[in-house]
Amino acid sequence: MRTIAYRDALREAIRDEMRRDERVFIMGEDIAGYGGTYAVTKGLIDEFGEKRVRDTPLAELVIAGAGIGAALGGLRPIVEIMTANFSLLASDQIINSAAKWHYMFGGQAHVPIVFRMPGGGGAQRGAQHSQMLETMYAHIPGLKVVMPATPYDAKGMLKSAIRDDDPVLFVEHELLYSVKGEVPDESEEYTVPLNRGIVRREGRDVTIVTFSRMVHICMQAAEDLAKEGIAAEVIDLRAIRPIDLELVMDSVKKTNRVVVAEEGWKYYGTGQGIAAMIYEHAFDYLDAPVGHVAGADVPMPYSKPLERAALPTKADVVAAVTAIVPARQAAATPTPAAAGAR
Amino acid sequence: MTQVQASRPTRKSHSAPAEERERFLSMYRQMVRIRLFEEQVNDLYKTARMPGLAHLYSGEEAVAVGVCATLRRDDYITSTHRGHGHCLAKGASIDRMFAELLGKAPGYCRGKGGSMHIADQDTGNLGANAIVGGSAGIATGAAFASKMRGQDRVAVCFFGDGALGQGLLYEVMNMASLWKLPVIYVCENNLYNEYTHYTETTAGALTERAKAFGIHTDAVDGQDVRAVYAAARQLVDRARGGDGPAFLLCDTYRFYGHHVGDIQRTYYRSKEEEEHWKTQRDPLILLGQWLSAEGIAGESDLEHLRDEARAEVEAGVRFALDAPFPELSEVDQHVYA
Repeated sequence: MRTIAYRDALREAIRDEMRRDERVFIMGEDIAGYGGTYAVTKGLIDEFGEKRVRDTPLAELVIAGAGIGAALGGLRPIVEIMTANFSLLASDQIINSAAKWHYMFGGQAHVPIVFRMPGGGGAQRGAQHSQMLETMYAHIPGLKVVMPATPYDAKGMLKSAIRDDDPVLFVEHELLYSVKGEVPDESEEYTVPLNRGIVRREGRDVTIVTFSRMVHICMQAAEDLAKEGIAAEVIDLRAIRPIDLELVMDSVKKTNRVVVAEEGWKYYGTGQGIAAMIYEHAFDYLDAPVGHVAGADVPMPYSKPLERAALPTKADVVAAVTAIVPARQAAATPTPAAAGAR
Repeated sequence: MTQVQASRPTRKSHSAPAEERERFLSMYRQMVRIRLFEEQVNDLYKTARMPGLAHLYSGEEAVAVGVCATLRRDDYITSTHRGHGHCLAKGASIDRMFAELLGKAPGYCRGKGGSMHIADQDTGNLGANAIVGGSAGIATGAAFASKMRGQDRVAVCFFGDGALGQGLLYEVMNMASLWKLPVIYVCENNLYNEYTHYTETTAGALTERAKAFGIHTDAVDGQDVRAVYAAARQLVDRARGGDGPAFLLCDTYRFYGHHVGDIQRTYYRSKEEEEHWKTQRDPLILLGQWLSAEGIAGESDLEHLRDEARAEVEAGVRFALDAPFPELSEVDQHVYA
């Protein structure tokens, strides 16, 4: 296997699918000649030309709306929204049209469209360029929301998303684009399903449920916890709608303790939704309240130390785990080897 | 139409070619179907057999009919909350539309859409969007798909004067002009954004807005179906031929209120105004007069067409009233593909 960056994995997925299916095209702001704000689409115009790699006006509402119309007209659009923050301008089209067209018209038409967008903070981009808005979309029936954390999943899930007949919000993270990971050779075809989480690390003392960039932070936290004798199981949800509830419940029934970790805001969010599902489906298995690590309840500040203070850290995850895992249990549990999950 | 020929007045007989005569008779038939459909909807509402968020198209028939008469079955349209006329003009059947309005299983959307959300994929109707202006992007994208796939289908986006306030409309006209897309934006100016006269909400000259994007623009009397047809014919032909988008402003009037429950209207428009439009500017009366003057059809011929439409509407509403509701198990069907 090769080791490539997340952004390159995304590009390979787009290229593969555009070669495989001539109905696939991509449009967005500065994605053609410039190659995209995060260089995901760099070079695609050389192979596919400006007909299929299209620069658009800076107008998210029509980018989304025309994408939906193109999907209804028989194409399979990939729409790049420069950042998730700007998707709010397109949210009427995503929520009122894309999410509802199949249902509202009694199953007559499909809307096979992928809305790609990066979210997240950590690069000092300030309050309007750092938001995690996946919760908003995950609330909406009719949408699928996926948030891969690794290059392997980024490629495999983007390919699945493009082939999917439903609208998919493909939420990347600004700080993941340069993260490297193992990906099969280009000649090796693979996809990753849009509805399955994965156990990144096995453990029996506590389950950490997370997704997107927080997966990496939680894996580091699990490493630290292992040194203290706490065996944490780390679940990467990979998708939050639909959510792989079975994987979470199976783990909770084994560990009896859960911490949910996310970068987004705490209140009324994805993490609280997951906690509620655990209480609803596995209350009798819990030995402690569900712990919750989330971003600070503030618009993202600009100043470096303030931004750091607003983002959840490895220490926050470790603290949330140790708050619900009793010391004697931890000491009595041997540390399992890290699972070879990618 | 043997009956038409038998009773044709002789004053200006044969002045119009046969094809044209049949075309305008067909338009009369379509406009009558829409008018009687809407009257039946109003009756269903008043007799509490249907919930009240129906927005009637009565008075505006010439716009949908004149435009859709220029379209092929596989051309696209997008429609609005006031969309019954667009659906019928594009080819939807009356019985399945009534079934949808009553939330019944044989409805176009299996009862999941209702009055404001009817799509009919088989006739190119991509769907009615109840977000004002909300389908402008979809029509534009469908036109893009047609061009991208090397087809010659055009897309028509119907919207009202209220949508002129929505930003999306200007984003789409910009894109359609830049990308030279085969889309026609048809603005049905019925004078009122819900309950407010459009001059109170809309600055400047309406057609200048489209012209600013370099979009070919035309304006017609939306009560004159022949004028609408002639203008739309030209715009559709040039779009199909690769000459890009167009904007068509149609001045029209809704005979009823914003929706069926809007019956006390004097605080925003006078009874005299309504009376003027209904007696002097009714598109059915205007076309009927022309058909008669041209010797194409006399009053008895038109009455015959109205009787046919009345029978179709009565059969359609009976079909819908008798039809079953959807199975409860359908409530979570069609959320995902």
